Amino acid sequence: MFSPSDILTIPLADWVNSFVRDWLVPNFRPFFRSLQWPITQVLNGLDGFLNAVPMIAFTLVLALIAWRTAGRGVAIFTLIALAFIDMIGLWPETMTTLSMVVTAVLFCTVIGIPIGIAAASSNRFQTVLRPILDIMQTIPSFVYLVPIVMLFGVGMVPGIIATIIFALPPIVRLTNLGIRNVRGDLVEAAQSFGSTRWQMLWDVQFPLALRTIMAGLNQTLMLALSMVVIAALIGAGGLGLTVFTGLGRLDVGNATAGGVGIVLLAIILDRITQSLGEPARMRKTSLRATLATLFSPKRSGRDGEA
Amino acid sequence: MHEPFRYCRVERSLLPNETKIKVEARSIFKVFGTSPHDALQLLKQGKSKDAIFEATGDTIGVQDASFKVGEGQIFVVMGLSGSGKSTLVRMINGLIAPTSGKMLIDDTDVANCSGKALRAVRRSKIAMVFQHFALFPHMTVADNVAYGLKVKGVGADQRRKKAEAALDQVGLKAHADSYPDELSGGMQQRVGLARGLASEAEILLMDEPFSALDPLIRRDMQEELLELQRSLKKTIIFITHDLNEAMILGDRIAIMKDGRFVQVGTAEEIVDNPANDYVAAFTADIDRSRVFTAASVATAAEALEIGRDTAESAIARMEALGRDALYVIDGKAILGAVAYRDLAASIRDNGGALREAIITDFPKARRTTPLFELYPLAEGGLPIAIIDRQGKLAGVVAPQDVFGKLATPTAA
Ligand SMILES: Nc1ncnc2c1ncn2[C@@H]1O[C@H](COP(=O)(O)OP(=O)(O)OP(=O)(O)O)[C@@H](O)[C@H]1O
Ligand SMILES: [Mg+2]
Repeated sequence: MFSPSDILTIPLADWVNSFVRDWLVPNFRPFFRSLQWPITQVLNGLDGFLNAVPMIAFTLVLALIAWRTAGRGVAIFTLIALAFIDMIGLWPETMTTLSMVVTAVLFCTVIGIPIGIAAASSNRFQTVLRPILDIMQTIPSFVYLVPIVMLFGVGMVPGIIATIIFALPPIVRLTNLGIRNVRGDLVEAAQSFGSTRWQMLWDVQFPLALRTIMAGLNQTLMLALSMVVIAALIGAGGLGLTVFTGLGRLDVGNATAGGVGIVLLAIILDRITQSLGEPARMRKTSLRATLATLFSPKRSGRDGEA
Repeated sequence: MHEPFRYCRVERSLLPNETKIKVEARSIFKVFGTSPHDALQLLKQGKSKDAIFEATGDTIGVQDASFKVGEGQIFVVMGLSGSGKSTLVRMINGLIAPTSGKMLIDDTDVANCSGKALRAVRRSKIAMVFQHFALFPHMTVADNVAYGLKVKGVGADQRRKKAEAALDQVGLKAHADSYPDELSGGMQQRVGLARGLASEAEILLMDEPFSALDPLIRRDMQEELLELQRSLKKTIIFITHDLNEAMILGDRIAIMKDGRFVQVGTAEEIVDNPANDYVAAFTADIDRSRVFTAASVATAAEALEIGRDTAESAIARMEALGRDALYVIDGKAILGAVAYRDLAASIRDNGGALREAIITDFPKARRTTPLFELYPLAEGGLPIAIIDRQGKLAGVVAPQDVFGKLATPTAA
């Protein structure tokens, strides 16, 4: 049978190899190494801090945060889940994973929100950006693990860099979406009073887009957590490593324990960040008041509460 | 309860020459689309809006609009949906840049100025009130109202004070710390109005501010706007698709169709003298007794002076003027009316004394009283005295003229 490869074969793998190995790595390795510096600083600080804080203190503080943001149910869940993690002996690993995830999400936010804002203000930029984000989200993460190792070596920080690449798209997309979806007449109103672009962004667009941006942050966080195991492949520790070594040794028990730890952490962080997206004053309204407004002719949450 | 509904303002000022012009549009065009200059070319060849859309895909938003609005005036732009009203009003504060023409705010041409100059004009001179209120849902009412001041860099205390003052003007001071979604539609639009007032701009642009409100609240708001305007004397450009509203509020009214001004004039001029069938179709259902005021039918008072005139001279004046009654004044004071019939009887019976024949219970009105309020006054048969602000006699309205004015002109 005839096939196109009889006439022409494209040595794509060789090209990529020579691009990465012979050009990118030798020329840019110092540059990429220098990118690691801020990540290393944040990670070390955070990791040191989280591992130094006594388990009880950390649990109480996180439960308190959960209670203030997401309500009593989530707070109780947090207490139980963290106690459980401690009891199955995975506390240090959990803290390492948490510091990794938080570092990655922090950098995603710092990088992603400005990119999202820029995309919202320029259609051309958005057009260029969209396929890049698509690629970042669809390309299997194993594909970029190799170049990352070549450029950054192995360890926690390269793991975090892989996580950042993987988890960045949602926050960029949803920042862009949130800002574009701010009601046109509100933008016009701000403009009509003579706002500068910065004033408009800060006072009107960003606060109104915050809900959507928070949804993006939540998704980014979840993606970052899902990278924990893969990042362990290139030397990142934590719960991912527990799962990974468990798999390698066919130690189902340890793999499951690590997995459970990841899931519990994911649930806690998911609930807390989800509720951050809701505007504070709406959360305070009780269920009864909300229902009451549906039946009273005057649309007023205040009266319902009285 | 509502006062009797009236179309006319208490002080209807025309555009006297000495009024300062605040907003002036000079031959403004706006084409939406990719090839605006081709579309303009076609427009100059006399092609219609629809024909141009078919040929180029471009929409004519506004064509050749020119107008002047004097300080303290309410200029109403009225037209059906899609006639270009919003486009026009947004060109006044530069939210939309015209394709050609000049838009002068005082002396600044906002159609051709830099972003910075435009912002300066928006900050200091023009505020806008929106159809769907456009209140910032994440800010309290007070913060919404103070937004214009915040943009200008006014400090927080000062902002709060001014916001409260503005809220007080619209009767919502108690709601300063509520959020917009806790207020009714009418209240929200009052907040929108307060936001416009707080910025201390002299020019208010209002794009169908009341059309999202139900009719009763709408009336309240119209009254309230007029009430405020009496003390504030802003220059207002008011957009509406409701001719009634236009008549109530407007010192002058522009009627728009397909982006073009079909007619510009006072309510009375437009009702009395519609420029074409399009305008006539609008004005046909207008209650003329609410549009026209006493001034439109008033004639010179031709009053008698108590010190100078006698019963006989009064009779002679009445015969010369062809009237059955005249007013008698003493300097500036109005003593009352005398009727021909009474004077004639008094001359016959007791030699005639002007003073005795004076009827002190006479009908009075202001120049701005709408005709429908003159009906009961006209029933007595005496001419209605038109009294000016100093209480002097400024003219009279003959009873038969009140009803005569209501007949629609033949060419409707
Ligand atoms: N951004 C735009 N792009 C293209 N066409 C537009 C745009 N804005 C307005 N138009 C067109 O310009 C014309 C005038 O629109 P405009 O919104 O000024 O009308 P309007 O008188 O305010 O109508 P309404 O009473 O419905 O608010 C319409 O034909 C409209 O389709
Ligand atoms: Mg409009």
